[in-house]
Amino acid sequence: MSGQSVGAVQSQRAHFDQALHLRSGGVLPAYDLVYETYGRLNAAKSNAILVCHALSGHHHVAGHYADQPGNIGWWDNIVGPGRPLDTDRFFIVGLNNLGGCHGSTGPSSPNPATGKPWGADFPIVAVNDWVHAQARLADRLGIDSWAAVMGGSLGGMQALRWSITFPERVRNAIVIAAAPKLSAQNIAFNDVARQAILTDPDFHGGHYYEHNTHPARGLRLARMLGHITYLSDDQMGAKFGRELRNSAFSFGFDVEFEVESYLRYQGDKFAGQFDANTYLLMTKALDYFDPSRENNGDLKATLARSKANFLIVSFTTDWRFAPARSKEIVAALLANGRNVSYAEIDLSFGHDSFLMEDAHYHGVIDAYLRNIKL
Amino acid sequence: MTHTLGRPDFDVISGWIEPGHRVLDLGCGDGTLLKHLIETRGVQGWGVEIEDANVLAAIGNGINVIQGNLENGLDEFADQAVDHVVLSRTLQTVRHTEGILREMLRVGREAVVSFPNFAYWKNLRSVLDGRMPVSEDLPYQWYDSPNVRFFTLLDFEALCDKMGLIVRERSVLDEEGNPVTNEVNFLGSLAVYRLTKHR
Repeated sequence: MSGQSVGAVQSQRAHFDQALHLRSGGVLPAYDLVYETYGRLNAAKSNAILVCHALSGHHHVAGHYADQPGNIGWWDNIVGPGRPLDTDRFFIVGLNNLGGCHGSTGPSSPNPATGKPWGADFPIVAVNDWVHAQARLADRLGIDSWAAVMGGSLGGMQALRWSITFPERVRNAIVIAAAPKLSAQNIAFNDVARQAILTDPDFHGGHYYEHNTHPARGLRLARMLGHITYLSDDQMGAKFGRELRNSAFSFGFDVEFEVESYLRYQGDKFAGQFDANTYLLMTKALDYFDPSRENNGDLKATLARSKANFLIVSFTTDWRFAPARSKEIVAALLANGRNVSYAEIDLSFGHDSFLMEDAHYHGVIDAYLRNIKL
Repeated sequence: MTHTLGRPDFDVISGWIEPGHRVLDLGCGDGTLLKHLIETRGVQGWGVEIEDANVLAAIGNGINVIQGNLENGLDEFADQAVDHVVLSRTLQTVRHTEGILREMLRVGREAVVSFPNFAYWKNLRSVLDGRMPVSEDLPYQWYDSPNVRFFTLLDFEALCDKMGLIVRERSVLDEEGNPVTNEVNFLGSLAVYRLTKHR
């Protein structure tokens, strides 16, 4: 891998007293956002890039913690000196979104009205609410306009939303492996995941914290299902095929095929560290995302408000948000005469490709970012 | 005679494009023509390109490039989205000839097309000598050529006639890039056409 890691990093916390009125009608009277920054904000404050996280991501984008050398950021391979998000040139900001479970205010935080964890009473947050919260963090950091806002999947949707909500504050939007809105199939997968959590006896209507338990079985199933949609059929075939853990069929329901072992491991790992209420919120934010709704479904009219330059990236094997979905965004931008480039990257990892290190993929991001004038 | 970036057809194309116009370059490669048009004519431009390496190079050149296959049409582009759609030295590599010409004039007010003339006398002589032509404008061996359509100026004009396309201007160049005015189908190595759908 070219370039270097940013090395040891520290997360920071910002508290906001100004109430945030949410799209759902809910109100967060006050909230915290945890975030990390890498590189230095230049004197003109013109070199800041916001990296938005996807469904299960957080503020720890790159580097590691001094006391946890193995805890490496989720997009470490693209951030650092000499890497595409070059910290010698850019000031990178990553944060944990509202409703998250990595330190920002979310369902496990205390509800000021009751003193108990919010649980299921935490208001539904929309992508646009995150963008507004992120804008307040930008204000706090003294960043009037981002050199770029970027992200993959749900993170890409935030970048797209930024360009519509705050057109003057985004000079470039990099939207990777995203879609302008979810399809019925996407929503269907999300609902199965939610049903797994909601019907877990340990869910307790979302107030499981008070019962000192959590719906691990439901969350595990939700993650297993989600994981299938992140990978491609080809990649699963290549990685696991029909390999058995033992050489012969055991004619039972224990783990037999390697793919079962893998999914159960992923599910268990996730259920041990993620919050089920956050998972519910994140999937709803995905389902509700549809900026074109403000213009009766006319994405072109919605994107007429944007002023940014765009880089749209998709992956050939991504069937969750397939290249055709990215092209819908491209077409709406072209119809508005926007500066837009579109790259369709041939990588075998399905939706997860956006997290992978690939010379061409990272080359495209690098080439685009190099042309950004600071 | 020196030519812009070593491409005489670029000079012809530049001359047909007015400052501030919107230009779409199909098969834009690394974006050299668009970059030239942006710098010298102040156009706003987009390219379409299929090859990964070219998409990367075009982005590196600061050019708007949309990765895609011309054979699949130009679905991302709205009707009459741009002033000019350029297809330079690429038509002979496209299988759906009529389809792409129709798409160009759906998306653009004008189509600018340049292509090598297979009836150029040196090409004919080469075939008479028993070998497929290799020249400045046909720089490939038969076994590694991306070209799938082999046609002449007269062939192209007959197709335009059949499709009801109007030739607004035509510029024919020899191998050195000098203009050819007589016996163009025989003396011209490269042809550049400016087409519209309506008079």
